[in-house]
Amino acid sequence: MNEIYALLVVLAIAAAGLAGGQMSFGRIALAEVIPYAAAILFLAGFCWRIMRWAWAPVPFHIPVTCGQQKSFRWIRAAKIDNPSTQWGVLARMAAEILLFRSLFRNSRAQIGGGWLILSESGALWLSALAFHWALLLILLRHLRLFLEPVPAFVNALERLDSFFQLGAPPLYLSDVVVIAALGYLLIRRFRDPAVRFISLFTDYFGLFLLLAISVTGVLMRYFTRIDVLNVKELALGLAAMRPQAPQGLGPIFFAHLLLVCALASYLPFSKLMHMGGIFLSPTRNLANNSRSRRHINPWNHPVKTHTYPEWEKEFREKLQSAGIPVEIAEGAGDAGNARTN
Amino acid sequence: MRDRVWIFIGLAVFVAAFTAPFWHVHAKTSARQPDLVLPANQKECVAPASTMRDAHMQMLLNWREDVVRRGDRRYVAFDGKVYEKSLTHTCLGCHSKAAFCDRCHEYSGVSGPYCWNCHSDPQATVTRSRP
Ligand code: HEC
Ligand code: HEC
Ligand code: HEC
Repeated sequence: MNEIYALLVVLAIAAAGLAGGQMSFGRIALAEVIPYAAAILFLAGFCWRIMRWAWAPVPFHIPVTCGQQKSFRWIRAAKIDNPSTQWGVLARMAAEILLFRSLFRNSRAQIGGGWLILSESGALWLSALAFHWALLLILLRHLRLFLEPVPAFVNALERLDSFFQLGAPPLYLSDVVVIAALGYLLIRRFRDPAVRFISLFTDYFGLFLLLAISVTGVLMRYFTRIDVLNVKELALGLAAMRPQAPQGLGPIFFAHLLLVCALASYLPFSKLMHMGGIFLSPTRNLANNSRSRRHINPWNHPVKTHTYPEWEKEFREKLQSAGIPVEIAEGAGDAGNARTN
Repeated sequence: MRDRVWIFIGLAVFVAAFTAPFWHVHAKTSARQPDLVLPANQKECVAPASTMRDAHMQMLLNWREDVVRRGDRRYVAFDGKVYEKSLTHTCLGCHSKAAFCDRCHEYSGVSGPYCWNCHSDPQATVTRSRP
């Protein structure tokens, strides 16, 4: 059921965009008001989530390690998978954020001949990585609509992306990759009963939303076509705080825009916030040096203690007059340090 | 406490990058549409102007298919006029590549259609005297 609810919500958003794009009032709301609301929600929500994480106590060093810890000089340490220095942590985080290092370890569990078999399963890693990089490329390519003059790196990215020069406007590889990867990620949730069982509304919603955004974008670029000049005028107007609902943009454009606004405002309040959260995961971003450095919990409450020597000193006369043996020798100075076993 | 500084620096960089278009536009003067030079002695394009704006690239590819695959070079426009299906002869017969096509493409971030690797611009080839 989760997947059906998620699909229905996404379709409702798209339908609202399609319908609104045909009314002049709807166009004003969709092009002049909602993008600002979404941008504010996104930025404020994002900062709020990061602030909450920044103030969460991390009293212990809890890195999850995947290799030999640094010990004797003659035992080779895994400097990146079990980092003991900040540089190691930096390399580990880079591998995590740019290459999804830990997802690469994803394995599949099967029962075969009565044995539990864990086999490598790179498909999830590959499609997740392909999807994220393609999405980044698509985001950066959209800068051509928001910046005037268009920076050279955006043009270079576009040329790279349309490398095969298929058709006009030429096919972007990132468009193919993003839809194929999202399709795989979605099918994976449907196909594997175990994954399907644990999939929630939010798991499907993000996928359907991104898929709907990609499909409307592809429709505009390759099929229904759109006046890019008008889109750029709207985008520049939004950036200059002088938005003007454009004329002559088809309803698909407004559906695309509303879906993007929905994604932006949903992101900080959902699992998609892993975009910022990955930087703050204490199991990854701390050095495993708790054997070489002492980490004192800064939130330790000062505990009032009463040691045995202190206790003996307090009751020494009473103990001695009752004939109970005392541990600390006569005249041993300050009782606090003279602990005997 | 020590790490929080880094978190704030990272967050500030992210917010600055996300809002870059705002600063970029405000730093520049107003953003106008490109200043396109239209043919002086002509009123109509080979299709209605709004269609041309949206879909001239698709039309060019259709023309190419027709010419190269089917040997069909005759195009009857919406207003009944007959044109040759040709990028250099027809489009650049009325339009200037530099002051029309290129200006709009630069503005829209279309990184220079590669068509000009083979197709020539009559205005540019006069001086270079190539066929
Ligand atoms: C590799 C060189 C090359 C490239 C690049 C190229 N063309 Fe062509 N094109 C040709 C050749 C050769 C012909 C055939 C000319 C003829 O038969 O008159 C042709 C024919 C055409 C024609 C019909 C005939 C004419 O005179 O224009 C069109 C339209 C056309 N191309 C459009 C394009 C477009 C649009 C692009 C860019 C997306 C492009 N071409 C890129 C080589 C090229
Ligand atoms: C007979 C001369 C003529 C020919 C041939 C011609 N155009 Fe045009 N084109 C015009 C005129 C005139 C306009 C302006 C029409 C208007 O504003 O209503 C125009 C408008 C355009 C526009 C829209 C510009 C804007 O500011 O909205 C584009 C894009 C365009 N032409 C591309 C082409 C292409 C590509 C070709 C070749 C397939 C071509 N034209 C052939 C005369 C021509
Ligand atoms: C009104 C602005 C405008 C004018 C004028 C214009 N173009 Fe374009 N052209 C575009 C836009 C925008 C795109 C890219 C569409 C996209 O990315 O979805 C494009 C794409 C193209 C493409 C496909 C290649 C690519 O990289 O996308 C060709 C070929 C092309 N234009 C040829 C021409 C020619 C030839 C002329 C001059 C006769 C011309 N255009 C004039 C706006 C314009």
